[in-house]
Amino acid sequence: MSREARIGETVLSVEKVSLSFGGVKALQDVSFDVREHEVRAIIGPNGAGKSSMLNVINGVYHPQQGTIRLRANGAWKEFSDMDSHEAAALGIARTFQNIALFKGMTVLDNIMTGRNLKMRASFLEQAIWIGRARREELKHRRAVEEIIDFMEIQHIRKTPVGRLPYGLQKRVELARALAAEPRLLLLDEPMAGMNMEEKQDMCRFVLDVNDQYGTTIVLIEHDMGVVMDISDRVVVLDYGRKIGDGTPEEIRGNQAVIDAYLGVAH
Amino acid sequence: MKAGIGSLDTFPKLLLHHARARGALPAIREKDLGIWQTWTWHEFADEVRALACGLAERGLKRGEHMALVGDNRPRIYAAMCAAQCLGAIPVPLYQDAAAAEMAFPIQNAEIAHALAEDQEQVDKLLEILPKCPTLEHIYYDDPRGLRYYAQPGLEAYDALLELGRAAWRRDPAFLEAEIEKGRGEDAAAMFFTSGTTGTPKGVVLTHHALIDRARAAAEMEGLSDRDVVLAYLPPAWIGQNIFSYAQPFVTGYCICCPESAETVMTDMREIGPTYYFAPPRVLEALLTQVSIRMEDAGAVKRWLYRKFMGVARRVGGMLLDGKRVSALDRLLYWLGDLLVYGPLRNVLGMSRVRVAYTAGEAIGPDLFKFYRSLGINLKQLYGSTETSVFVCVQPNGQVKPDTVGPAVPGVELKFTPERELLIRSPGLFKEYYKNPQATLEAKDQEGWFHTGDAGYFDPDGHLKIIDRVKDVGQLADGTLFAPKYLENKLKFFPYIQEAVAFGQGRDRVCAFINIDAEAVGNWAEKRNMPYSGYVDLASRDEVYELVRECVEQVNADLAQEPEIANSQIHRFLILHKVLDADDEELTRTRKVRRGFVAQKYATLVDALYAGKQSVHVEAQVKYEDGRTGTISADLRIHDAKTFRADAAKRAA
Repeated sequence: MSREARIGETVLSVEKVSLSFGGVKALQDVSFDVREHEVRAIIGPNGAGKSSMLNVINGVYHPQQGTIRLRANGAWKEFSDMDSHEAAALGIARTFQNIALFKGMTVLDNIMTGRNLKMRASFLEQAIWIGRARREELKHRRAVEEIIDFMEIQHIRKTPVGRLPYGLQKRVELARALAAEPRLLLLDEPMAGMNMEEKQDMCRFVLDVNDQYGTTIVLIEHDMGVVMDISDRVVVLDYGRKIGDGTPEEIRGNQAVIDAYLGVAH
Repeated sequence: MKAGIGSLDTFPKLLLHHARARGALPAIREKDLGIWQTWTWHEFADEVRALACGLAERGLKRGEHMALVGDNRPRIYAAMCAAQCLGAIPVPLYQDAAAAEMAFPIQNAEIAHALAEDQEQVDKLLEILPKCPTLEHIYYDDPRGLRYYAQPGLEAYDALLELGRAAWRRDPAFLEAEIEKGRGEDAAAMFFTSGTTGTPKGVVLTHHALIDRARAAAEMEGLSDRDVVLAYLPPAWIGQNIFSYAQPFVTGYCICCPESAETVMTDMREIGPTYYFAPPRVLEALLTQVSIRMEDAGAVKRWLYRKFMGVARRVGGMLLDGKRVSALDRLLYWLGDLLVYGPLRNVLGMSRVRVAYTAGEAIGPDLFKFYRSLGINLKQLYGSTETSVFVCVQPNGQVKPDTVGPAVPGVELKFTPERELLIRSPGLFKEYYKNPQATLEAKDQEGWFHTGDAGYFDPDGHLKIIDRVKDVGQLADGTLFAPKYLENKLKFFPYIQEAVAFGQGRDRVCAFINIDAEAVGNWAEKRNMPYSGYVDLASRDEVYELVRECVEQVNADLAQEPEIANSQIHRFLILHKVLDADDEELTRTRKVRRGFVAQKYATLVDALYAGKQSVHVEAQVKYEDGRTGTISADLRIHDAKTFRADAAKRAA
């Protein structure tokens, strides 16, 4: 089965979203959709509103106008704003542009925190390590180990995150996001600041996640080579507006996009 | 019981024996998902049976070859035995070889069936598929990333296993009959030699040869089914294969497969192998790590380490050999064991090691003594793919750093007038596959194998290897020139990763040096010396100074040895890039291809001898993804002080 054939129907639809901070209009009337199993990229020059868009989907920012529709368990849910806890419960996970891991904790423990929402044992059970707590821990540890295996980070399993180089920290962050078994994964510049080899590894992991778990992926990225290689469709933002939307080939030939990136006299 | 197992002449028969005799004991362990998963001999035999039936269903026949490409995994070894059950010949290939390097063995042996560990290996096989029309079936172990591959003939290992289980249930007698048909003189496996020169050759080894040598060595060391081995070197290398396949099949011991190449150290500590094998390169890397960590340690620890390592150097080896040592030294060593050696052995994962071997290339005497002084019974071993490894082994209590010990029982040795070593042994190879010419050159009418190694016996009858016959040369003045000997001396310094010495037919010796980026990097950090990478480090004055000190120390050593005192190193340069197997400068087993390097860097060699102070160089490098780029740099050449051959004078 080819990649294209696996891409299903729309699972997330962003409709006429506007977001402003005081006088700054971060997003204006932006609409786009994300289909099941696809890799969807959001690109744009600095300050175009990419991260804001991700934060809106994720429920960190609440847009003043517009709606977000998400299909979960076969039914559409509609939000004008979403709470980030709710977003996580609906199967949205993310990574951050500036790594947001617990530096003093080991890789294993960091990834384990990604399973947090799936833990059912009560505080008391966990504190004295009986019954459900023990069973759950074993179950979750296994799930985490599978992710460690998948991300090829066995050798740093017990290393505190703060001691790891940047490229590996990024990988651990992706691993933690995966631990939540998301249906929709939001990646905020997963390859920023990486060298060529690390980027290639990361690309492979993103595509493998998409293949193996069927996870839908929305990613922000600056490296155009990466974007064109791994995404199925691309949204282009500039000054908070959508100026392009389509396959990488279409985007490559889009005059508005070329202008936005190369700069024209306004 | 002993007679029973002694009469079993093939590996599959041995497997069935172990499944009956010690079915519940562990045969193989693999760390997977953070836990050591164990397969008993019974389970392992079951897996092999099902797999063999599956392969038969897919058309693998007696006398055909099957390629195995992957790291040490239980399934790779299961496939090895499964192929042997059917009378087919497994051909393990180096898992880190580039795709193009895999084409030759597959074409040469007309291989139709291949087992690949994962997507990476499958991709490589698919890449060379157009050049290898015989390759029809590719099985893969790890399905990750392969879900949407539509290649016909590509099949999951699990599917093959299912197919085999069904076939076995239908007709269990088939496989039993196939195993019974196997004879000791049948080919058991084929290993492609790394080929320091020319195209690789397929070395065909029979069941009899492998089993005989594995057994001889096992009896000599008293190996039993209680021993544990960590399998961490490429399975395509005969050394690893003997320790992780032939010997466990003979003795019934358990082998352990680490989780990944990066976790070997941790996994080794967890397992605590009792029987260990490491080429000098690995031992060297371990020692470098220890040295680096000691440099970072606090003053008290550094003092303790220095103090007690001094004691160990003095008496450690003697204690291990059972020689007489004074009571005070015994007490000091005991204290050192408590404070330093014991913890260090533990960190190295060698607390339980009873027997450790090193082989593959000459080991620096200081490196060798280091491990022995810690109380680790490290011994040298001499052998090659063509001899099923075991030719000479140092017996316990008779270990000398510069010899490889006397012949293992069953082996006959003699020398040609040119000092080339000849071997006759039950472990000799059958032939080079499809290469009668080369077979004839290597193995004469009377069954003597010409090793190409130069050496002699010392007064105790221990074999001493100096170098390859073709590499041992002379300087213009007639002094013996053994380049490897010099290089090894240089490489013992933690700062020097690789060295290439030149001098054949010249008036003096010059050398290329590769610094060890990790060790020198650490050294630079200590001195607050910022640097951007290897190339930058390699061109620093301070680093040149550091290397010059090392070279001069070697020269001082050489001055003590009358025969080679004249081969002191006069000039050297630090190479701008690390010698790499991907650039064909090293073999896959990481030995320097001296001739190739000399040719590739001819301008540098010329500059060394022309007395220039610097030379401009451009070199092509191959990246891991197959692209090429160029590095250009101005290299400086430094002179090193040489010493008068005092010892020579005194001796004269």
